[in-house]
Amino acid sequence: MGVEGIGASVVRKEDRRFITGKGRYVDDIKVQGMTFAHFVRSPHAHAKVKGIDATAAKKMPGVVDVLTGQQIVDDKIGNLICGWAVHSKDGSAMKMGAWPAMAPETVRFVGQAVAVVIAETKNQARDAAEAVVVDYEELPSAHHISMAIAPGAPQLHPEAPGNIVYDWEIGDEAAVKDAFSKAANVVSFELVNNRLVPNAMEPRAALAEYNEAEEHFTLYTTSQNPHVARLVLSAFYNVAPENKLRVVAPDVGGGFGSKIFIYPEEMVALWASKKVRRPVKWTGDRNEAFLTDAHGRDHISKAEMAFDKDNKILGLRVKTHANFGAYMSLFSSSVPTYLYATLLSGQYNIPAIHAEVIGVYTNSTPVDAYRGAGRPEACYLLERLMETAARQLKVDPAELRRKNFITSFPHQTPVIMAYDVGDFGASLDAAMKAADYAGFPARKAKAKSEGKLRGMGMSCYIEACGIAPSKAVGSLGAGVGLWESAEVRVNPVGTIEILTGSHSHGQGHETTFAQLVADRLGIPISQVSIVHGDTDKVQFGMGTYGSRSAAVGMSAIFKAMEKVESKAKKIAAHLLEASEGDIVIENGEFKVTGTDKSIALPMVALAAYTAHNLPDGMEPGLKEGAFYDPTNFTFPAGSYICELEVDPGTGKTSFVNFVAVDDFGRLINPMIVEGQVHGGLVQGIGQAILEAAVYDDTGQLVTASFMDYAMPRADDVPSFKLSHTTTLCPGNPLGVKGCGEAGAIGASAAVINAITDAIGNNKLEMPATPDRVWHAIPGNA
Amino acid sequence: MSTVTLTVNGKPVTAEVEDRTLLVQLLRDHLGLTGTHVGCDTSQCGACIVHIDGRAVKSCTTLVGQANGANVTTIEGISKGDELHPMQAAFRDNHGLQCGYCTPGMIMSAIDIVNRHGGELDEETVRQELEGNICRCTGYHNIVKSVLDAASRMKVAQAAE
Repeated sequence: MGVEGIGASVVRKEDRRFITGKGRYVDDIKVQGMTFAHFVRSPHAHAKVKGIDATAAKKMPGVVDVLTGQQIVDDKIGNLICGWAVHSKDGSAMKMGAWPAMAPETVRFVGQAVAVVIAETKNQARDAAEAVVVDYEELPSAHHISMAIAPGAPQLHPEAPGNIVYDWEIGDEAAVKDAFSKAANVVSFELVNNRLVPNAMEPRAALAEYNEAEEHFTLYTTSQNPHVARLVLSAFYNVAPENKLRVVAPDVGGGFGSKIFIYPEEMVALWASKKVRRPVKWTGDRNEAFLTDAHGRDHISKAEMAFDKDNKILGLRVKTHANFGAYMSLFSSSVPTYLYATLLSGQYNIPAIHAEVIGVYTNSTPVDAYRGAGRPEACYLLERLMETAARQLKVDPAELRRKNFITSFPHQTPVIMAYDVGDFGASLDAAMKAADYAGFPARKAKAKSEGKLRGMGMSCYIEACGIAPSKAVGSLGAGVGLWESAEVRVNPVGTIEILTGSHSHGQGHETTFAQLVADRLGIPISQVSIVHGDTDKVQFGMGTYGSRSAAVGMSAIFKAMEKVESKAKKIAAHLLEASEGDIVIENGEFKVTGTDKSIALPMVALAAYTAHNLPDGMEPGLKEGAFYDPTNFTFPAGSYICELEVDPGTGKTSFVNFVAVDDFGRLINPMIVEGQVHGGLVQGIGQAILEAAVYDDTGQLVTASFMDYAMPRADDVPSFKLSHTTTLCPGNPLGVKGCGEAGAIGASAAVINAITDAIGNNKLEMPATPDRVWHAIPGNA
Repeated sequence: MSTVTLTVNGKPVTAEVEDRTLLVQLLRDHLGLTGTHVGCDTSQCGACIVHIDGRAVKSCTTLVGQANGANVTTIEGISKGDELHPMQAAFRDNHGLQCGYCTPGMIMSAIDIVNRHGGELDEETVRQELEGNICRCTGYHNIVKSVLDAASRMKVAQAAE
């Protein structure tokens, strides 16, 4: 309805402040008496902290105090928690080592904080941190999965023998064994999913203020979920009761998962602000982001797929080792289990699946959810396996996929997920048409005549968004519910504020959420403001991650809007002396259907607040709230096709064409949806050809700056051809599925399938750098 | 400590600063111009780009002393009152930004690119020229579109002048 309603590519409301330099990020905020924190971090991957001498540092100019890990323990500040309890297949609880915010005794990864300097200026804090002398006793370290599970490996935590956090399984092992015994063909594969660093462009930051008189804290922080931060800081870290702690996440410069978690630095800033009785600001630098933001992926897997004589899949067997780093981050345990193995059925009818996942501690940065979180790992494994199968069975990769597509819904997979709706054939058809699949052999031959190796690869992904319902995730071990809340406030003059527990850090909620309201009431989006990111304003919410804000967050707004509209219609009917059932809402007016009688929204709102003439017994005001808990996940799916050329002389990859066809259900703002896909695709392409967190033999992260870690740049990636197919999600009132992670989930397999097709060798790991590609070209090894 | 004098967004500025003060620190911490951002410390990401005497420069690796006497323009200084610079308008109209953190540096860099190429730009050139600006949100697709769109708008604006 209307030019600014659902489905309109409305230009974003929030853009003006960003393009004029008026955004308000945490580091932009200044408060009276502010001090600056700089952390003293371990240079060793594994060491005992034998002593910390801050005598010289405390005497340096501007130093307010130097605080250590032992003090945080003495003050009974809690250890960091992991909020999802996963059990091993023998029923035992996961084995967690303690993670204090600053290490009092043992450091387990390079960059772990042991002390913090608080000073009058940033430079003074940094200078004094250099003067803090820490006496370390180095211990043998194991940063890689293979090192940590080897016999005699260094032991990280006494609680986790053999460095094993859990040995988890899903599916029916006996059924899979039976399927393989009947197989006409078996395709097997080993692969690595490379460790990535999220690298949101805004480094993490925290500004903590303690009000002594009120015993109240305020924390401005770079968070995707400020209410969850407050809950965890209060309930588990013992910083302050919730009513004495306000958490504000203002403009946040990207998250990609890395800003879900509550990190040591934010806790320390809060605690220190009370210690020194001054506001404390910490702003991470890029090196700290590399060392301390939770990393992503890092799996080693073996997979086998059984086919019958007609190339129908009979079964899938997967064994994965997942690297958790040195500590279990907030949602880390769920990523390689419930967000990974539950998606191993992909778009395919697979009668029997069994997956075993072994979580491993290593001397490296903690690993947690990064854009896609488990689902890119599942898609990459499955789509490389399908491509490998097509090559081994000598069938067309599109036909092999099509033959095995799930075509009737709902569909219960053998790994928990019940797909509600989809049309996988439609997106594959559209992608093949857009990519001119049929014309590829001729283009490949032409490229060959020009001395280039041309390849085409596809990836048919499915993912699960808007994790829910709360009861189900609770039964799987989640420590939180995964609903969302909303409040609709119609002001006495008819403008509207929407309070939401979702948080926007690039997604454009100020526009899309307003579009929903504009659509329902027929008013311009300029009349609607979105309020988010402040625990003092919004009652509660679970935040933004897992592509949940449209499916869950907007559905909560939808529910609250229904309540507001219902009350407003009663008022309008009363004022117009009509029956409530005859009132319709059009263009911001409440009309009596079939007549010319109407009353404008501001007049209804004013009547609600003056309360001079309301129906008998009605409460004044026009404000309603709702909590929405979905009935199921949503299942976005699509097909990506990549065409590229490899220079046989250098191994360098150049993109020729990249087609993405997605089914996200209903689109609220197609322009914003496409922007989300572009960004996701480039993160997937980055993983495929550029990015990797690399540790040396001593556990030093050697890719700890933008000079060393290959972020995708404008000249590394192509422009994209996007289109959509649509099956509406039946699980929420808007029919939306979520679009934030699809690109990052589907892209990497399409790229690697294309490169291996080009060079004629299937043995290739990510990132497929020119060096690796050149060496993989047959004859070059 | 040293005294520096420069012009920032058309206004004269004199400041007493530590010799090691970076231009971005002067802008953000002393002058409150927080539109210029710091995304890395190695001159790679370009979130800190400002114009010094009309040229795009990374202010996180420029000492204030190097800008002494210079004319500095930041993201806050390119619109004429309420009228956006064509590059700002093009970024908004083409959805060339998401979280907004890299955006000021992108816009300042892109204006310099268009100025140097006289509005004669193609996608490949824009992509190569943007090599010193990192964005993690947009995948560059719409940034490239924005710069190409702005290049034609700026050409039209110049012709009209």
